[in-house]
Amino acid sequence: MGEPAVMAKKPRVAVHKFSSCDGCQLAFLNLGEDLLRLSSMVELVHFAEAGPVDPDAEVDIAFVEGSISTAAAIERIRSVRSRSRFLVAMGACATAGGLQALRNLADGAAWVADIYAVPAELDLLASSTALAQHVRVDLELWGCPVSGRRVVAAVRALLFGVSPVEEQDKVCLDCKRSQTVCVMVTRGLPCMGPVTRTGCGALCPRFGRDCYSCYGPAENSNVEALGRRLEGVGLSRTAAGRRFLSINSAAPPFTEAGRRRAQDHE
Amino acid sequence: MSKPRNITINVPVLARVEGEGALEIHSRGREITALSLRIFEAPRLFEKFLEGRDFGEIPDLVARICGICPVAYQMTAVHAFERLFGLDPGGWVRDMRRALYCGEWMQSHALHIHLLAAPDLLGYDNAIAMAQDHPEIVRRGLVLQALGNDLIRLFGGRSVHPVGVRVGGFHHAPDRSDVAELHVRLTAAVPEAEALLRWTLALKLPETEQRFVSVGLRHPAEYPMNEGRLASSTGLDAGVAEFERHFSEHQVDHSTALYCLFRGKPYLVGPLARVNLNLERLPAAVRAVLDESGIAWPSRNPFHSIIARAAETYYSVLEAARILKDYRVPGAPYVPAVAVAGAAIAATEAPRGTLWHRYDVGEDGCMRRARIVPPTSQNQARIEADLRQSIEALGVDSSDELLRRHCEMVIRSYDPCISCATHFLDLRRHRA
Repeated sequence: MGEPAVMAKKPRVAVHKFSSCDGCQLAFLNLGEDLLRLSSMVELVHFAEAGPVDPDAEVDIAFVEGSISTAAAIERIRSVRSRSRFLVAMGACATAGGLQALRNLADGAAWVADIYAVPAELDLLASSTALAQHVRVDLELWGCPVSGRRVVAAVRALLFGVSPVEEQDKVCLDCKRSQTVCVMVTRGLPCMGPVTRTGCGALCPRFGRDCYSCYGPAENSNVEALGRRLEGVGLSRTAAGRRFLSINSAAPPFTEAGRRRAQDHE
Repeated sequence: MSKPRNITINVPVLARVEGEGALEIHSRGREITALSLRIFEAPRLFEKFLEGRDFGEIPDLVARICGICPVAYQMTAVHAFERLFGLDPGGWVRDMRRALYCGEWMQSHALHIHLLAAPDLLGYDNAIAMAQDHPEIVRRGLVLQALGNDLIRLFGGRSVHPVGVRVGGFHHAPDRSDVAELHVRLTAAVPEAEALLRWTLALKLPETEQRFVSVGLRHPAEYPMNEGRLASSTGLDAGVAEFERHFSEHQVDHSTALYCLFRGKPYLVGPLARVNLNLERLPAAVRAVLDESGIAWPSRNPFHSIIARAAETYYSVLEAARILKDYRVPGAPYVPAVAVAGAAIAATEAPRGTLWHRYDVGEDGCMRRARIVPPTSQNQARIEADLRQSIEALGVDSSDELLRRHCEMVIRSYDPCISCATHFLDLRRHRA
């Protein structure tokens, strides 16, 4: 992670978008009246969806949503990097390539040909990748979508010139802290909580359902043990594999755990 | 006449639209010879990676197509499977889904009206600048947007990609106290939402009259959200399973969004099309305000879409308050689903218009094929038709700046949701 440079009195902030659903930018657009307060504390120089437009501006903090999936996008993320002092990758697409990275495991060209009559006209790489595979990233905020609270906390921390804290715990710990009954132990649901990075507040278990790992792998995750457990609670080997090959399929521990099971099937 | 010239103008960025657009205009004399709105979304190939997935996984996956209308994708998917499986989740689920959808309409419409469209109409670059001079207007919009988001959060835990929906119902029934608290806020928002509608009616909107076909769902008794038949202002009345007989998608070389046409012609979906087709299904309170406006409905002015959005926002506040008034916690929030092989088809009304899904489900409950037709691919040809007419009305020889500003405003008024890589409007003019 880069040095949390002490920010200018009113830091210049940009919000960029690559291949994504727009949902992580809503962390800002859904702030309500706090959006107006934020705009008085920082200078929003580029945020096309909200209005200000200056993609080539030099900024103190760049928030980047989306994955890299075209040749033009590689050039653009390099340009953003060169003009930004602190670059934050925001959400599953930016930190792991997103759901669309599922094509990395398949024959992407055949997929395109199945949907578009004239696929040659599309500028589309065979893979969808995380920002960090192309440029240096100073902070990764995982999640699909990213948590708005954590985006604001990151802005706050950077305004004070301190390193934002990255959550590394597993969802399981959040369930224990909030005294949420374990859905895997008590109901045999195929919960991904034991290997998933927290940050959502254990949303799914609190709703009585199994976590589907929209926040990606936690540190030191024992994906093999969980894979066996998923099969133990009744999932077929391929269905257990699909639990890993979903929103964060391109995050390395998940790719391997999922692919092994998918290949066994074939 | 001087020799033919080609003029290419690059303008920086189309702000306040979710997506990358480039507009290319070719003209000869006073006539437009070719016009194309080029959209470059880096395709995410959703339909392909849904193949092989179990039906139970689909609602959470398709939500990721759009961060602004994830509920619409979830609703369309669960209705498609339930129709195929012959599953009736009952009145409680039906009502709560409607309340949830109201939340999405409220937040999406309030976002578009205040943060994306209004700055055009009041002459500001963006809503933050507009808030300096019109703090109460922007504040009211943000309050309605937040209320919609909180309604989604009530049923789904978070407003973007909520986690509460499943085939057969909900994972979790909200607590009575949480519903009661939200009901108080909804009731308090009724006058605010009415005031919003009156405010849009008082806006000075560009005058234009265009010929277009409105398409949307119609339900025998309700303003359409999750149920209904396909209807058009030209008399179409068809079940959602017959969609492919009347509507066809094709690729055009200037866009990665497939173009959808109705019997070979452009058409409009979305709030204005819905109001045009379903005016009498709106409650008297909403209709009374629309009637006072003096606008002859159905409207032929595409700029009236902001009024339609405000009318639907007002309706959503009233409808959600009505549904949640006598809330009770059900015995179970869902009925279990058992897969049946076949074609799962449904259409619902997303904030931006009719959203149609088809899944070919195998014996094992997994997807063999998926096809999704979002509102923006349906509106794309209509936006081009509007631009052509707007530019001709304005005069092809107008200044580039005037043309660009007006074209951007036209495009934004459709609230296109393209979820694509960048936001550059690259206006190219070729005068011959």
